[in-house]
Amino acid sequence: MNKILVIAEHDGAKLNNSTARAVSCALAVGGDIDIAVFAADGKAVCAAAGKLKGVKRVLRIARPENQAPLAAVLAPQIAKLAAEYSHVLAPSTTFGKDVLPRAAALAGAAQVSDVMKVVDPYTFERPIYAGNAIATVKAPAKPCVFATVRTASWSACGEGGSASVVDQTVDLVLPLHSRYVELKKDESGRPDLQSAGRVVSGGRGVGSKENFAVIYKLADKLGAAVGASRAAVDAGFVPNDLQVGQTGKIIAPDLYIAVGISGAIQHITGIKDARTIVAINRDGDAPIFQVADLGLVGDLFQLLPELEKELDKV
Amino acid sequence: MKILVGIKRVVDYSVRIQVKKDGSGVETGGVKLSINPFDEIALEEALRIREKGVQAEVVAVSIGPADVQQQLRTALAMGADRATLVETTDAVQPLMAARVFLELVKRENADLVILGKQAIDDDCNQTGQMLAALWDRPQATFASAVELKGKTLRVTREVDAGLEVMDVDLPAVITTDLRLNTPRFVKMPDIMKAKSKPLATLKLAELGVAPAPALEYVSYAAPTPRSGGRKLESVQALVKELRDRGVLS
Repeated sequence: MNKILVIAEHDGAKLNNSTARAVSCALAVGGDIDIAVFAADGKAVCAAAGKLKGVKRVLRIARPENQAPLAAVLAPQIAKLAAEYSHVLAPSTTFGKDVLPRAAALAGAAQVSDVMKVVDPYTFERPIYAGNAIATVKAPAKPCVFATVRTASWSACGEGGSASVVDQTVDLVLPLHSRYVELKKDESGRPDLQSAGRVVSGGRGVGSKENFAVIYKLADKLGAAVGASRAAVDAGFVPNDLQVGQTGKIIAPDLYIAVGISGAIQHITGIKDARTIVAINRDGDAPIFQVADLGLVGDLFQLLPELEKELDKV
Repeated sequence: MKILVGIKRVVDYSVRIQVKKDGSGVETGGVKLSINPFDEIALEEALRIREKGVQAEVVAVSIGPADVQQQLRTALAMGADRATLVETTDAVQPLMAARVFLELVKRENADLVILGKQAIDDDCNQTGQMLAALWDRPQATFASAVELKGKTLRVTREVDAGLEVMDVDLPAVITTDLRLNTPRFVKMPDIMKAKSKPLATLKLAELGVAPAPALEYVSYAAPTPRSGGRKLESVQALVKELRDRGVLS
């Protein structure tokens, strides 16, 4: 019988949705599922984690050192808990990518990164070459399978569970060589590009930095994050942290709207796992239409205001 | 201080990858090979620390076949002081790479190791974290800014929620994100100069590193291609279609 430990991602107050996606992967592996919540307090996070479907127990590991998600502090605790489990899973977010390999190395285990699909409890599919190839890998059963879960490949597991919350102590002296200072959040109030469910991106066709206002406006109407093609970044329309593509962010939102983007291969690589791609472009022959589910050919400065108006109608 | 920089040779980012017909791997015959882009950023950062006036020796290290010397020569031309190649023809996975780096770190008595956050071939994103774990030292992954303050580094990290700032005591491991810097171009005179810089070669078997547990790569496949949909005549038709599909409420 598999015993699976899922490492919860949270900000101290709220459980991150990536945790429920990792639980979906755990359900596909099959077995008893526990969630570990490392926090200074973590009671609210544990309550939310306990409601996730299929979870047996929530382990609350509360100590002051667990206030911030420092890999050097969390990994030894995870590695110690891992001794009781056949699998340890974490979401493949910057949190999970940072902490889980450190825990795996401490436990003397290899790690499977970015699980897209579970073939059997020890065999998984994962993307390589920026998703341009899919590898099937088999992980050794001993000492334990460590894997990060590609959140875009898994929908959140439902609620309806009623797991018990167990206070757990991990008896370890934790290092002091790594210190959290602060988190500078994006102040725009828009969702984070990497994890947003909806993204509106602009390309060279938008024409200028000022014109990008139409992209922001549509994004705000949809509650979407804003992205851009490399061409738009290189032209100086937007800062480069908005770049979507092989050398920028690789994303998989439910809805991706590409506005004035021709669809260079490096951009397509970054969006091809989006559930629905909409292309709006003046050039009906642009390569973006070869991957878009739905397309509109025309002038974006005319179509975008029309689109906003139509979205207001119920 | 001594700074170790990891250099991995990968298929160049501009190459369109093809999976072999029999699913046994990815076509790498005859394709352009280059330094992993994140590793170039790592080397650039090490050089900038040295150029800011810190007394530092920058050592480029790689694990791979004998002809990876070519990429190490490029690293030397960029400005590394010397290079070490750990020679093997075996595929080396992250935990093994971390064990090899640990051995080099100990031999070199390194103060700082800078690695790319991931290699663009296997996309694992593990080696830096694993090295830091085995070394029992701090890690600052996905760095977009690094500031040296005596024996401490202040590192800004690119995390999903924004920018996280942390302090780590040296010795430490940093892994680089895209926005940390833009690597310099190599100039002709530097290529000539690099030819006389020291490049040491060690056989992996001679290093005394125990083989690490590894994944078995069973098979490879091309991703399901995305086929184009259709063009609609109006904004109204688009919104209706998105609502029908449940993408919009």
